[in-house]
Amino acid sequence: MTRDDSFRDGIRIGIGFALPGFVLAVSFGVLARDLGWGVVAPIVASIIVFSGSAQFAIANVLGAGGSAAAAIVAAVLVNARFAPMSVALASALKGGRVRRALEAQLNVDASWAIANRGDGPFDRELMIGSTLPQLVAWVGGTVVGVFAGDAIGDPDRLGLDVIFPAFFLWLLIEELRRGRQQVQAAAIAGAVALLLIPFTPPGVPIVASCVGALVALRGRSSR
Amino acid sequence: MTAVWVSIGIVAVINFAIKASGPVLLGGRELPDELLRVIALLAPAILTALVVVDTLSDDHHLKVDAQTVGVAVAGATMAARVPLLAAVGLGAATAAVLRVIH
Repeated sequence: MTRDDSFRDGIRIGIGFALPGFVLAVSFGVLARDLGWGVVAPIVASIIVFSGSAQFAIANVLGAGGSAAAAIVAAVLVNARFAPMSVALASALKGGRVRRALEAQLNVDASWAIANRGDGPFDRELMIGSTLPQLVAWVGGTVVGVFAGDAIGDPDRLGLDVIFPAFFLWLLIEELRRGRQQVQAAAIAGAVALLLIPFTPPGVPIVASCVGALVALRGRSSR
Repeated sequence: MTAVWVSIGIVAVINFAIKASGPVLLGGRELPDELLRVIALLAPAILTALVVVDTLSDDHHLKVDAQTVGVAVAGATMAARVPLLAAVGLGAATAAVLRVIH
């Protein structure tokens, strides 16, 4: 596949993820406005943080009366998974430090998983292509939520909260079809996450689930 | 309002640093084979955890509700190689119907 093909494929897949992203961004806009953030702050957050999980973490902690420090810790923990994810991406990006740092900002969950081709480096064009529609949808959805949230009603009533995890599940099924090690890594990761959810701050179960990759690999090399 | 802006600003900066960390610190250098193999297995691990957290938990509580069932229906349909959008639509419709009944 040429780079242009990769980029176009990425945009096409990214449009699929843009819809649930848009719905989630609308609900973030509504939540933030209801919490008294005004109009500008939620939109700025969606542009400069550009992360649903971190933005909801901030809103939830501040909304429950928590301090800024508590909100920051919660959001950073929730996004700590991007540390190992960024290592995985490292060799796929191009150019000097500044350019690499900027391109790395286009790393979001769905695009990262899409750009993982199994063995070898990630596909940079696929990742960038798939993030662009999601970025537009995320910022656009926030604007709609802030200004027109009341007119939309509760998206959960329509089952729209199913869409995001269902798309992740689709990416997961694709991974599981690659082989047995992937299935083992997933099984261990799921068990670790389930065990930790009641006891740890949000975000920790996801980071800890990376242990599934290590254990699955060790299982193979000892055979 | 100050807390909102402080939180957004600081999280944006830290988030930037986390996402940039791998590509900036490692550059484009070749990683050892062992690490590459771990990395290839990170995707199924992290995706599983994201699905589990999204569908089976509400803060610290484990839950099973209409959303859980909807996602399960979507997953089973996808595994049967039904086209993606049809499977997602069926899952969302399942959750919506369950919420009306309930």
